[in-house]
Amino acid sequence: MNSAAPTDFTPWMSLGGGILIGLSAVMVMALFGRIAGIAGITNGVLGAVVPMGSAPSDRGWRFAFILGLIAAPLTVALTGGTIEQTVSENLSGMALAGLLVGVGTGLGSGCTSGHGVCGIARLSRRSLVAVAIFMAAAFVTVFILRHVTGGF
Amino acid sequence: MRNLMAFASGLVFGVGLVISGMANPAKVLNFLDLAGTWDPSLAFVMGGAVAAAFIGYRLVWRFESPALGDRFDIPTSTGIDRPLVIGAAVFGIGWGIGGFCPGPAWTALPLLAPGTLVFLPMMLVGLWLGSHAKNLPILTSKGA
Repeated sequence: MNSAAPTDFTPWMSLGGGILIGLSAVMVMALFGRIAGIAGITNGVLGAVVPMGSAPSDRGWRFAFILGLIAAPLTVALTGGTIEQTVSENLSGMALAGLLVGVGTGLGSGCTSGHGVCGIARLSRRSLVAVAIFMAAAFVTVFILRHVTGGF
Repeated sequence: MRNLMAFASGLVFGVGLVISGMANPAKVLNFLDLAGTWDPSLAFVMGGAVAAAFIGYRLVWRFESPALGDRFDIPTSTGIDRPLVIGAAVFGIGWGIGGFCPGPAWTALPLLAPGTLVFLPMMLVGLWLGSHAKNLPILTSKGA
């Protein structure tokens, strides 16, 4: 898990990519009148397979949106862009991480996009609180894993 | 048409994730590592995304209804309850371990890294569990 190799500071690419993310959130609002939260959209798609309780019935557009996400790296690669991705090879760590991310976003009704981007843009009090908590929890977790336990 | 537009929206979102670096767990974890190999790039992702959404939402809400739907469906709850607080904390811990949040986990899928192939199914299981746990009496009886 301790992949503490430095990464390049990329302010312009990050700003540009961020604007695209925000633009997509605006598209989803303009087209479907919905929040572009990936956890919520995934929830809606899952509802087609297993009962999800509060999952919305309108699944078609959500499924197509997820397909768009999956097609993104291929699109970037085909248009000559480079994709940098380093995923931990600690599979039990990644399994635990996946479970916690799923449970947390299911329970907390949102993730980095739903609460982070859309919620803050709406000035939602719930989302501001959620973002403060998950950012703090993530900073503390990384600090402990990298500087206290030295990776696991 | 609906599905095509939804696919396009997802594609724009995903390309944003990929080129911003948000889809690279190494970059996310370095952003979260203030005391070590800190990479502040992701603050620019968040800044750009929130600014674009903040302005765009206000333009879009001038219309009576969305182009392909009957109304704007915006969360109305304002209470800070236990599921929100506990869920956000649990999500933050998972994000700090793996460096993936839900969107990047999807864009990482076609790259087929073993860590992704473990993370994504577990995330779906977790989402199912979390969505149901939200209604457990222990979490709903009193607000935090």
